[in-house]
Amino acid sequence: MHNEKRRLIKHALLLGAFSLLPFSLVSQAQADSVKVGIVHSLTGTMAMSEASVVDAEKLAIEQINASGGVLGKTIEPIVEDGASDWPTFAEKARKLLENDHVAATFGAYTSASRKAVLPVFERNKGLLYYPTFYEGLEKSPAIIYTGAEASQQTLAAVTWLMANKGKSVYLVGSDYIWPRTTNKLARASVTKQGGSIVGEDYLPLGNIEFSSVINKIKAAKPDIVLSTIVGGSNVAFYKQLKAAGIDSSNQTLMALAVTEEEVTGIGAENLTGFLTCMSYFQSLKNPINEKFVAAFKARYGDKRVVGDPMAAAYTAVYLWKKAVEKAGTFDVPAVIAASSELVLDAPEGEIKVHKDNHHLWKRARIGTINAQGQVDVIYESAPIEPNPFPKL
Amino acid sequence: MTFDILVMQIFSGFSLFSVLVLMALGLTIVFGLMGVINMAHGELMAMGSYMTYVTSVVFQRYFPDHMGWYFIIGIGVAFVVTFAFGFLLERCFIRFMYKRPLDTLLATWGLSLVLQQLFRQVFGPKEVTVPTVQWLQGAWKISEGLELPLNRIFIIGLTLVIAAAVFLFLYRSRWGLRIRAVTQNRAMAGAAGINTARVDAVTFALGCGLAGIAGSSFTMLASTGPVSGQQYLVDTFIVVVFGGVESLLGTFLSAFAIGQTQISLEYLTTGSMAKAITLLVVIVLLFLRPNGLFAAKVRR
Repeated sequence: MHNEKRRLIKHALLLGAFSLLPFSLVSQAQADSVKVGIVHSLTGTMAMSEASVVDAEKLAIEQINASGGVLGKTIEPIVEDGASDWPTFAEKARKLLENDHVAATFGAYTSASRKAVLPVFERNKGLLYYPTFYEGLEKSPAIIYTGAEASQQTLAAVTWLMANKGKSVYLVGSDYIWPRTTNKLARASVTKQGGSIVGEDYLPLGNIEFSSVINKIKAAKPDIVLSTIVGGSNVAFYKQLKAAGIDSSNQTLMALAVTEEEVTGIGAENLTGFLTCMSYFQSLKNPINEKFVAAFKARYGDKRVVGDPMAAAYTAVYLWKKAVEKAGTFDVPAVIAASSELVLDAPEGEIKVHKDNHHLWKRARIGTINAQGQVDVIYESAPIEPNPFPKL
Repeated sequence: MTFDILVMQIFSGFSLFSVLVLMALGLTIVFGLMGVINMAHGELMAMGSYMTYVTSVVFQRYFPDHMGWYFIIGIGVAFVVTFAFGFLLERCFIRFMYKRPLDTLLATWGLSLVLQQLFRQVFGPKEVTVPTVQWLQGAWKISEGLELPLNRIFIIGLTLVIAAAVFLFLYRSRWGLRIRAVTQNRAMAGAAGINTARVDAVTFALGCGLAGIAGSSFTMLASTGPVSGQQYLVDTFIVVVFGGVESLLGTFLSAFAIGQTQISLEYLTTGSMAKAITLLVVIVLLFLRPNGLFAAKVRR
């Protein structure tokens, strides 16, 4: 009996402790505030990329709040954890839209998570800002894409490589939608420009054994290796390349999924001299970027670095603010309408929302990774019109 | 395929073999003795990787002149820490769940999630950089076009040393004698005066320690992050199950077969395809020999 009671008390205490949790995350709603949702993976495999994107979004929100908010209201972010699980993303998106009635949501990272939340946003007439560079081939009325699509990254990179580095290309990637689609576009573009694909290889996500692929690359002797390997596999790939004696002195390699963030995990010494193509690099010299990087480091620590999706996510928050102010209301259809042809000075330079396809005019930049883990820009395109459905 | 590539492919096969053996050794011993399927084995490897990382940080800060030695020390630290953790784990957790294999499966899986989140809290959600020591960087250049990575040579060597040590421990030491006695007949061994509870604890700890060594050496090949352990777990289980869950020799042969098969198939097809075909072959063979290549012949 005594034991029973004690257990009951223990359970009650535990329950109490748990019920406190959500309140620490969500501050009390205020009359003069506007809710926005953030849905990214804070746990699971993708947390390593997405956690820092949340940091960038929160920084933008804090900055806007400190300078008076939007339309006189403070932004109140509601952060939900998608847990690297696509159905969870959809469920959290529904919660944000139906229970919290958020004015806009910043979130999703992988194409799979975007595809999972897309119907939720379309059905509920919501608005999602999506920050990642991706394969394109999509246009949703409920999504504004602040990352590059394929013609602004992959195709720009391939065109530059064909003109400057050679004609034979070896494609290697992780086995899922983004690398497969990207490579399909890359293959068409390479062939059209008189180049040839001398090998194409896909490895399961999380694969850590690359010796056969490396031997195949050695046998094929391509002018260029184009890598779309992502996540933890990246670390294994570059470490094993280096160990096998392949580095920038004897092989041109362009990575399409390596930002400054990934470089810290892979180790700059394994990447030095390899190429990468993004819209944004931390090393960009312009006042807005310098302010952004300094604020980020001041807020989260001097050792932190900023990569392309983080800058795109940061830009997204300011883009939303500007659209709301132009529309004069938080009403979603009005904000979407106001977004068309909106111009903003972002860390990556001036960007412009396309008049009807919800993507951004962006520059493609190519750089070499240096020993400090930063990127030295060697090529910068003119602003490229977004074309999520390129004709090849 | 040229001769150079052929040699490098065979070498890669040996390298994957040694990696698989390192992964699976600890799991085989634990499963063989206690029937515990340790789903947290991968996280113990990750723990070993993190210990190596911690050692590298300590060396960078306090003994930058002796960086070359950190890796050897790191392997030792990884072993000691995971061994101690395994010992505590067995005493405080696993031993209450013997004879309930499904419960241990779930409980150790839960433990793996807890450990992942723990790594995330302590070391952050991103991968950490573990530097490769100077003397293991690069490749041994035999001729133009024929290069063998030094770190893989090191791992093959390490695997041979560990395998020999495990063999000597199990078959030439008093502890090994006790472990084998308990494996063969727990009740009888207990009746003969062997403290089976302690044998369990030491064996489990040893299995965890071996996982730690594996994790430590894999820092040279792969990433060190909160979910790194997951990368290893599936391969580890395939090797153990295919080899016959209680047989060390089986583990070796299955690692060798899987390693060479996968590497050859990867060369002939693509990485994803190779994995799929390898798994298919394993499934068919397990269908024909349900207890794996080398099932221990014991009366039950």
